[in-house]
Amino acid sequence: MPKRRDTLKNPEQELRIFRVRALLAVLVVAVLTGLLTGRLAYLQIVQHDLYSTRSEKNRVRVEPLPPNRGLIYDRNGVLLAENRPTYNLTLVRERVDDLDETLALLVELLDLPEDDIEAFNVRSRQRQRPFQPALLMSDLSEDQIARLAVNRHRLPGVEVEAQLLRYYPDAEMMAHSLGYVGRINAEEMQSLDAGRYAGTHFIGKTGVERFYETELHGQAGLRKVETNARGRVLRELGRTDPVPGENLTLTLDKSMQMLAYELLDGRRGSIVAIVPGSGEILAMVSTPGFDSNQFVTGIDVASYRGLQENIDLPLFNRAIRGHYPPGSTIKPFLALAGLVEGVITPDSTINDPGFYQLPNDSRRYRNWLRWGHGRVDMERSIAVSNNTYYYTLAHDLGIDNLHEQMTNFGFGQRVAHDVQGESTGLMPSRDWKRARFNQPWYPGETLSVGIGQGYWQVTPLQLASATATLANRGHWVKPRLALEIGDEPLAQDLPDTLPDIQLDNENWWNRVFSGMEKVISGNEGTARRTGVGLEYRMGGKSGTAQVFSLGQDQRYNAEELEERLRDHALFMAFAPLDDPQIAVSVIVENAGGGSTHAAHLARAMTDAWILRDDAPDVEEVKEVLEEDAANVEGN
Amino acid sequence: MRSWQTLSRPLRRYPVRPPDSGIARRKSIWERIHLDPWLLGLLLLLMGGGLLVLYSASGQRIDTVIAQAIRFGVAIVIMVVIAQLSPSTFLRWAPLAYGVGLAMLLAVEIAGDVGMGAKRWLEIPGVIRFQPSEMMKLAVPLMVAAYLNRCQLPPRFRHILVCAVIIGLPVVLTAIQPDLGTSLLVASAAVIVVLLAGLSWRLIGLVGALVAAGLPVLWMNMHNYQRQRVLTFLDPDSDPLGSGWNIIQSTTAIGSGGLWGKGWLEGTQSQLEFLPERHTDFIIAVLGEEFGLVGMLVLLSLYVMIVGRGLWLATSSQDTFGRLFAGSIILTFFIYVFVNVGMVSGILPVVGVPLPLVSYGGTSSVTLLAGFGILMSIHAHRRLLPR
Repeated sequence: MPKRRDTLKNPEQELRIFRVRALLAVLVVAVLTGLLTGRLAYLQIVQHDLYSTRSEKNRVRVEPLPPNRGLIYDRNGVLLAENRPTYNLTLVRERVDDLDETLALLVELLDLPEDDIEAFNVRSRQRQRPFQPALLMSDLSEDQIARLAVNRHRLPGVEVEAQLLRYYPDAEMMAHSLGYVGRINAEEMQSLDAGRYAGTHFIGKTGVERFYETELHGQAGLRKVETNARGRVLRELGRTDPVPGENLTLTLDKSMQMLAYELLDGRRGSIVAIVPGSGEILAMVSTPGFDSNQFVTGIDVASYRGLQENIDLPLFNRAIRGHYPPGSTIKPFLALAGLVEGVITPDSTINDPGFYQLPNDSRRYRNWLRWGHGRVDMERSIAVSNNTYYYTLAHDLGIDNLHEQMTNFGFGQRVAHDVQGESTGLMPSRDWKRARFNQPWYPGETLSVGIGQGYWQVTPLQLASATATLANRGHWVKPRLALEIGDEPLAQDLPDTLPDIQLDNENWWNRVFSGMEKVISGNEGTARRTGVGLEYRMGGKSGTAQVFSLGQDQRYNAEELEERLRDHALFMAFAPLDDPQIAVSVIVENAGGGSTHAAHLARAMTDAWILRDDAPDVEEVKEVLEEDAANVEGN
Repeated sequence: MRSWQTLSRPLRRYPVRPPDSGIARRKSIWERIHLDPWLLGLLLLLMGGGLLVLYSASGQRIDTVIAQAIRFGVAIVIMVVIAQLSPSTFLRWAPLAYGVGLAMLLAVEIAGDVGMGAKRWLEIPGVIRFQPSEMMKLAVPLMVAAYLNRCQLPPRFRHILVCAVIIGLPVVLTAIQPDLGTSLLVASAAVIVVLLAGLSWRLIGLVGALVAAGLPVLWMNMHNYQRQRVLTFLDPDSDPLGSGWNIIQSTTAIGSGGLWGKGWLEGTQSQLEFLPERHTDFIIAVLGEEFGLVGMLVLLSLYVMIVGRGLWLATSSQDTFGRLFAGSIILTFFIYVFVNVGMVSGILPVVGVPLPLVSYGGTSSVTLLAGFGILMSIHAHRRLLPR
């Protein structure tokens, strides 16, 4: 900034400069105006005849032909999303004499509730181009079609149009992972390519339907038709056929998905299963589910409110957005971090008196077994889920190393390739705490993080993905939902995959696995009741997540309140140990102490995938669950 | 170097006299109410004609015309009120207006109403909902003019750098909303100020070259639908259902109008609703069809006369700030006209720019007339000199 405005100013020179520039501006304005005039004269004098004819022939109209949406199959070719022919009511405003009167008549004929009229009105005004039919109502009943047919002469501009409508045969259990399509709304219309979406009423809103919208949608075709002055079609002059959307084959296995859904049995929870070698997601379930078909035709206000206000949050996709403290399930990962950083070897032991104390601090961080596990090495620390071992390990690693190593396993970030709306979870660090609370990191907090509590939050998908990486002996594969798009298999090498995790000694993987096997098959394993009758080698880890705070809703009664304060049960597992074919994470909210509940579900999933037809069915698993619950209470 | 030369030139006496010398002439009635009769008359003529076209373009809906007339009324009141403030007020308030505008743009970025990839609106629920970028169309050139007013002109390189920052911040914030159209208009309004201030030709050439080199980068950062619009401009028939539709229909409407047009309310293209957005961005196609080339030339002459009068007022302004800002307002006004007519007649890609004071819509009328209000204030608050 100049110090004073008058110091070096020369008003005369400034005026001179301005005059020259203004003169130039006049010149530019003149040239541009000349350009416009020239263009207009060209259009209106030279090309007048051409455009006159064109204007006369504007009775020729171009109509869009919407493409059929691609179908979605599971990995075995079972149909998960299909297109069902339905009848829609459409209206072309240009052909309607009196819009209000017509709408009133329709309301009367179709017995529509008053609430729908406004939506009706709004939609009839939303259009991309003139003479384009606006969708008023989808999925007409036979009765409604008949009534419209009788009154056809009173309803110019109103048409019943056959259309393919998305339908999900297994809506409840597929709703979260598959997602659903819904009507294109005004905002979406603004940023959509109008040509591509001409004539299309629906668009993928969530899940796979949204992520693969481009592939599933296809390309609109068009037909030229001659119309009379009122816009009614007289004959077709030519057409370009639409290109249907690509079919999508998912990695999901419907029977695995159904098993997971039934195992969770309406409780709040989530199960995710992944093929470690390829990252294929076999099952990704969040319960309770909801009927996604309701959203396709437009869910009514009451039902939607019902879903939204349900305290079990059926609309919430726990598998990818649920944040849970991972609890002890992360102990194998922490042991690996210790091995990578050289803080421990598999043979390092500690003596556990039942608690851990930071140097120069009197506070005791307790093991869950009050009198301690005595001498504990790495394998035993996993098998008995010893806390003291991990307090020590976490303290020796420090939060910075711990954060870095856990990040390498995918914690605190989005892990999957094509999962819409995935949450990052939270992997706390010094920087994070500074940014979030403007506070330094305290050593005691490292200890909490070391046993999967504190600020650490994981999503079930993250936990499954990390388990798959572990099962792969550190080799990273991105979880994915698409197996084939059209007939093309999805590329194997996906971008932005994390680097592999390297140990100094390959055999150390076996030592960690051995610890995990003892969780299920060892005589002190925390999930030993799950290992009964196991026909293959399986590694796993139980976890219990403390519920610190309650949901926002204040309306539960005391009994319910107590239920919702119980711990979450977690379990992660993979099998078979020497050739992993499946990695699973299970979270059952408020399933209480003794994470064996989650462990049984994980075992049922691995049984189903590995033993196929010989696996116990859902009823047998449920019996085991009941027995086990009785056992726990008996203790 | 330049400043030394400036200083060494002999000072000339200015015919400025104290106001109480008795030589100053009496104020005319227009000067008392701080309005310019010529500009006001031309604007009213334009708005009146616009309402006539709107009646036809809206499918003969009188309520649309009344709504527009009311908006014009409000905008005119705003213009008259603004014209009463003295130019020094604008000079004083420029940094505040700019700062507040910038803060609001940031707020939009952080807490704006998100709509399918575009954040343009700031909303206090139930109270008000507006687009801060609209206000920046005035605030940014105002700020640049106020800044340059304090510099010695022609601007030196570091002054240009400061201007670039002043212009760049809001333009980038608007562009990432994304609202490319508005950000370009804001940028051009402000750049015109710098050009009028005497930006050296060498720099103009350099920047021109840089912009040309930057076009591929812009292209890569555009949204798919924006790219589509540009491609469609090059070959409208490639996408007859989507964005090409507009251009095909509007050129057909204009072309079929011929020399004299089909007559008011007689345009088949417009009355049969083949024309898209016929009462907003594409309203001039209705004029072209119904009033022909003659009608179009009358409209263009009106605009050119407004621009001419505005430039005259700008040149007769007594200080640099007034000149620069007034010049920018009037030239930006012309850019609107050129871009709108250019896009409707198919020589420019379709970017949503309304036809000033003719297209249906309130926000742009208010901004434009507020600008004219400042322009009139700058003119009418001159220190009066003997004729």
